[in-house]
Amino acid sequence: MTESAILQKRSLAELFSRLIAAGHRLLAPVRRDQQVGFEPVSSPQEVATDWVQTTRPAKSVVFPRYEEILRYRFAGKDVEVEEPRPSAPSTVLFGVRPCDAASFAVLKAVFTWDSPDVYFEPKLAATTIIGLSCTKADPYCFCTSVGGGPGDTRGSDILLTPLDDERYLAEILTERGRMIAELAPGLFTPADAVSKERVLAQVPARFNGQDLAARLGRLFDRTEIWLEQSLRCLGCGACAFVCPTCSCFDIQDERDRQGGLRLRCWDSCGFSLFTLHASGHNPRSVQSERWRQRVMHKFSYQPERLGLLGCVGCGRCSRACPVDMNLAEHVQSLAEISG
Amino acid sequence: MSRPNPYVPYRMRIAKVTEEAPGVKTFRLEFADPEQGQNFTFKAGQFGEYSVYGEGECTFCIASPPTRRGYIECTFRQAGRVTSALADRDEGDLIGFRGPYGNTFPIEQWEGKKLLFIAGGIALPPMRCVIWNVLDLRDRYGDVTIIYGARTVADLVYKHELAEWGTRSDVRLYVTVDPGGETPDWKGRVGFVPTILEQVAPSAENTIAIVCGPPIMIKLTMPVLGKLGFSPELIYTTLENRMKCGVGKCGRCNVGKYFVCKDGPVFTLAQLNQLPPEY
Repeated sequence: MTESAILQKRSLAELFSRLIAAGHRLLAPVRRDQQVGFEPVSSPQEVATDWVQTTRPAKSVVFPRYEEILRYRFAGKDVEVEEPRPSAPSTVLFGVRPCDAASFAVLKAVFTWDSPDVYFEPKLAATTIIGLSCTKADPYCFCTSVGGGPGDTRGSDILLTPLDDERYLAEILTERGRMIAELAPGLFTPADAVSKERVLAQVPARFNGQDLAARLGRLFDRTEIWLEQSLRCLGCGACAFVCPTCSCFDIQDERDRQGGLRLRCWDSCGFSLFTLHASGHNPRSVQSERWRQRVMHKFSYQPERLGLLGCVGCGRCSRACPVDMNLAEHVQSLAEISG
Repeated sequence: MSRPNPYVPYRMRIAKVTEEAPGVKTFRLEFADPEQGQNFTFKAGQFGEYSVYGEGECTFCIASPPTRRGYIECTFRQAGRVTSALADRDEGDLIGFRGPYGNTFPIEQWEGKKLLFIAGGIALPPMRCVIWNVLDLRDRYGDVTIIYGARTVADLVYKHELAEWGTRSDVRLYVTVDPGGETPDWKGRVGFVPTILEQVAPSAENTIAIVCGPPIMIKLTMPVLGKLGFSPELIYTTLENRMKCGVGKCGRCNVGKYFVCKDGPVFTLAQLNQLPPEY
């Protein structure tokens, strides 16, 4: 149903106010100190410019860093349990990079493959994504190695590509995107045959993630590879906390004298406690096994189990790594060894 | 049984507490809402998340058999924050339970066959569910042999039930303790489980072996079963990876592409041989 239109950059202010007037919460990349992240905005002036990638992805809109799954009050020896009503405000995400837009499909696959998820699904259903193609990339970007691209439309409801200083090409991709466009029909004017390719960033493919997925399992027992790649890994988990597709979580209780909360919180397979048994036995007892798990999960297990790669090539893990481990470099090397 | 929000536990009342061994207790749990109790069904091998509000949840199998309705039992060793809080609870107190989760021992397929149970230490509880399930339907199964070992006499769990199984003519029971773990009046065997298995040398003919124990016991028992002629398809075990959600999402119980909470916890040795050794 793709429909191409031209949206003038100066019309964004009006689009924003129509979205807000229609009751949507509008989140867009905002610069704060050294970081760019998604925050509520009401005008285009607040939106950060000149960034390659937001510091953290928009994942927390559908999968918050921590989220109440139960609330309870102590009443003598009894407990009154309250099931929180999941909050899912209608949200428009503006300025989502194509890699991040693609990440929502991975999250959805994990949270819904077997049973519904009462916390995740309403949020996803209430989210509309206005993507923004990349006209710049940095050496950490590798979307083209994992099936994406700087102008990839997957996951976006509308994808904007800045054609020049004044105009966006607006690709209206879904019914949801059309509903957004119809809030301001005058702003979207028919586009002639416009090619976005010339303005897109160049991101050379370093490996073929799809091909690798079929071969990577063979390297499981090659301990020396995983050891060498992970020698400097600190197990800090920063990679997982900035990852748009990491979805592993912990469940923890927090209490005071009156009652408490049961929280679903982000976790990381890089932590040794992640798999530690009560007996002291740990199935992944050393960091190289945890690194292998991270790579295997994204590039072998998820493709086999859920039918899609668990990585969108945003490069955040490598930008955030305090010891400069580079996922793309390591996976490229695995692709070469297994090839 | 599917519930709209899997994270909301049932309210369970502790109907009975049994001290099994130092630090090990069994809780009999009844549904605070009898209607939920009537609708609740599970099968041998399944597990659940038991919770103490304010402390958290932990994962144990259901140790009672599905043939006994109206309650479930769990047996646990006090080890960390949640199990310590659980151990502090008394009869009459309320705790949470959500489940049942995971796959099951295919005991319907085992009808007409002989069964060999091999368990070590605190790993008898998952097997106890199967043993009672089978004994409650005794005429559907052939010989039942149980080999159970613990570090010391005190560490043996279900002592009353071991005594009962020991006196039944339709059960062959061999109870052993590790060398040095015996007491002066100990009448059972002394030796590690794989050694006792070798001594007892049960026939593999028309027999299913169900093995559960600490990793080292499993590792040393499997070759003995192999020598006795048990093929990997006929050896079952249940894995106890760390879990949080129980519903295939939180990501920590995975072994390769499998989730122990969904594809397990019950696996045959043949299946385990295909998996990465991350359990």
